[in-house]
Amino acid sequence: MRSIKKDFFGNQVLTDINFTLEAGQVLGLCGENGAGKSTLMKILFGMDVIRETGGYEGDIIINGEKAVFNTPFDALKAGIGMVHQEFSLIPGFTATENILLNREPQKKNVISQVFGERLNTLDYKEMDRRAATAIQKMGVEIDAKMVISSMPVGHKQFTEIARELSKDQLKLLILDEPTAVLTEKEAEALLDSIRAMAAQKISVIFITHRLHEILSVCDKVVVMRDGHVVRDVPTKETSVDDITRWMVGRDVQSAASRAEIKDEKADAKTVMSIKNLWVDMPGETVRNVSLDVRQGEILGIGGLAGQGKLGIPNGIMGLYEAGGTVVFDGQEIPLNNPRKCLDSSLAFVSEDRREVGLLLDETLEWNVAFPAMQIQNKFLKLLLGGLVKWRDEKAIHTVTQKYIDQLQIKCTSSKQKAKELSGGNQQKVCLAKAFALEPKFLFVSEPTRGIDVGAKALVLDALKQFNRESGVTVVMISSELEELRQTCDRIAIISGGQVSGILPAAASSEEFGTLMISKVV
Amino acid sequence: MSSNKNTPLGQRNLESMHNYATPIGRRILELVRNYAVPIMFIIICAVCIPLSGFSTSYLLNEIITRMGRNIFLILSLLIPIMSGMGLNFGMTLGAMAGQIALIFVTDWQIWGIPGVVLAMILSVPLSTLLGLMCGKLMNMAKGREMILGYMMNYFVGGLYQLVVLYFMASIIPIKHASIRLPRGFGIRTTVNLTNMRQCLDNELAILYNGVKIPVLNFIIIAALCLFIVWFRRTKLGQDMRAVGQDMDVAQAAGINVDRTRIISIIISTVFAGFGQIIYLQNIGNFPTYTAHSQIGMFCIAALLVGGASVEKASIGNVFLGVILFHTMFIVAPKAGVAITGDAMIGEYFRVFVSYGVITMALIMYEIKKRRARSQGGELLALAQKEGGAAS
Repeated sequence: MRSIKKDFFGNQVLTDINFTLEAGQVLGLCGENGAGKSTLMKILFGMDVIRETGGYEGDIIINGEKAVFNTPFDALKAGIGMVHQEFSLIPGFTATENILLNREPQKKNVISQVFGERLNTLDYKEMDRRAATAIQKMGVEIDAKMVISSMPVGHKQFTEIARELSKDQLKLLILDEPTAVLTEKEAEALLDSIRAMAAQKISVIFITHRLHEILSVCDKVVVMRDGHVVRDVPTKETSVDDITRWMVGRDVQSAASRAEIKDEKADAKTVMSIKNLWVDMPGETVRNVSLDVRQGEILGIGGLAGQGKLGIPNGIMGLYEAGGTVVFDGQEIPLNNPRKCLDSSLAFVSEDRREVGLLLDETLEWNVAFPAMQIQNKFLKLLLGGLVKWRDEKAIHTVTQKYIDQLQIKCTSSKQKAKELSGGNQQKVCLAKAFALEPKFLFVSEPTRGIDVGAKALVLDALKQFNRESGVTVVMISSELEELRQTCDRIAIISGGQVSGILPAAASSEEFGTLMISKVV
Repeated sequence: MSSNKNTPLGQRNLESMHNYATPIGRRILELVRNYAVPIMFIIICAVCIPLSGFSTSYLLNEIITRMGRNIFLILSLLIPIMSGMGLNFGMTLGAMAGQIALIFVTDWQIWGIPGVVLAMILSVPLSTLLGLMCGKLMNMAKGREMILGYMMNYFVGGLYQLVVLYFMASIIPIKHASIRLPRGFGIRTTVNLTNMRQCLDNELAILYNGVKIPVLNFIIIAALCLFIVWFRRTKLGQDMRAVGQDMDVAQAAGINVDRTRIISIIISTVFAGFGQIIYLQNIGNFPTYTAHSQIGMFCIAALLVGGASVEKASIGNVFLGVILFHTMFIVAPKAGVAITGDAMIGEYFRVFVSYGVITMALIMYEIKKRRARSQGGELLALAQKEGGAAS
């Protein structure tokens, strides 16, 4: 790939990416979340998103020829196969059926001669044979007759890889975090099969957060950070520590400003104590988390995507099924009951602002005042001794206007509809909504996801101000470590659904990096 | 890579733990839970049969006649279930096409088997057109196919009335006054098929111990069953199964999802048209404006009584369902008389049981989905407890 550039609506995501890969080589690609790995692979695989957002700059050169992929099917034709993070298998089909999905060998018959090829019968014998060769190529034993839904996770992953391998023209295989869902043993088997593929002159791009895997199978490592390739070195000349430093290493100084205040709160009392929490949130499973939050602090929760950091607030606030004990202000909070959480002065700004956070079709006023009205009977005029409740439009207007000014929400008026605002401004409305509840405790989940740098600073400042002035305890969940270090007093790192450690914001990037990948599952 | 795909990571990890040895008691409970409806019907039938006092040969005769009459219609429901479109309430559209074809054939006075065959041929283009329309609309409302199909009944039912009541004999030529309304246009409220009555049933029929077995009818049904079995093994059938289980994955593999779904509905509608013609030739006349209205409901109810669900149905479900459902209707009136002294109770039963069974099946479908979800949580808690004990 040569000088690949890509921007999403002016946000430069990738700049000048250059690397080469030879036949039969295994390339390890690593980097923090948001470093641009996925975008790069999407470009390489010709995914629709890229074209829809304005294409990319630079060239992809395969076997000396410039390749342009408009759809994944073009990429497939050129011999590129990709195994995505999420399984793309039909649950009720056997491994064989999945491996040959939509490429089944067929037999002609009388009826299909009349009505067209789709009425050809499937050639089951040939299917079995081809599936068997693909599985053999991989060098791992899986039962081709087993139905996917009853397979262990590892076998599903292997089925997916076998599907790519069964394509005759396959030259380059992209594996996007294939070991993330595997047990150690299964991962080991996968690494073996990667070596086997490389031996058969199939090139592999291997994306993973488990660095030791890269060291053990890859010929070379490409480390990405903030849309740049920071290192491109042969594996032999590097080590886990080096890679970690390249991945995370930014200027360590910027965190210092926040670190000073930290000490005075060290002996503050515990306001929320979480014990043995589990949360069944799809893709963000939390396992056995115990965590104490101190009065008045800003606690950061960080970690790689899919490791469970988002599950914690969603579980406590009752949006996903959860278990364990959560004690807030001396009282136990019943789980799986959002109303009870809100009643005990907890508030939550969801990472999913469009689905959970906002009433998109309603005005800003409504959005800001709605939860407060529902939960605390604020902004209501009581008539007939409270039997009839009227909205107090004036109070709603005043409070909305106050937050619009304070957070600099860009809108035509407080009556504008929430869906008409830009992402950053929508995020600010979500915050305003939580502020209007005047909670004692606030969860903020990914407050800066998808918003630009200016809005980011403003949102973070607003949070800090809210914390300082109203003495509200804030727990902020973010995948951007740098942001957490600027805002928070302490940062808990979640890895593999568990707390792998809590560090002061001033701790070094290497320490955070090590924690992040310590328990990755 | 789309983050909104609903494959819970936690559940994936936990599925491997799913194959815990289940004690026998639990398995029986599971069995009862999965086959609650058929078991309930077997019990009802077992209680009602002795109460009704019918002779075995009468009962067998009735059941076999009704099987021949109804199975073809119910089989037409299987293909949309395979392609994940749920219970095809839109089959009524095919039934209307069949009825229109029958009206023409009656007018042209083509009787007996040739009449039936001609009606079937005539119904094909109409069914295809209606199926195409239905399929296109269903593709616009993915995940809401059943309610859409149900509403389509009323909409297309209105069009059917317009055509039959106003256009026939005014725009569309109808020669014979006997089927016209006295005012000169429109079709009489009942179309008489006396000359076609049971022509399929009587052909090659065998009388065995006083039980008439309509052999030709069963041959047709067997042929359709074979077709369905064969169809599952074709490329198109395989595509439909893939689409039915996961549209996104099928799309990513290059299967034309929308087209496959439309074909599935068209096949179902055409078969429903044939099924309705077989059904009506057995009865021997049909109420022009209402014959189709309940047919979808009863067929779906019968299929569900046989143990099918919204996402899974087999030929076995069809046969079991027809036998149980109709046995109940044969014996319920007599049993009703024996218990309450009122014969109307049977008809009453028929309607509310049908709706009840469908409601129950839809609720069970949702409950099952929810249970699968909360199972993830249970296993997580369990894993944590075990992990805690180990450490």
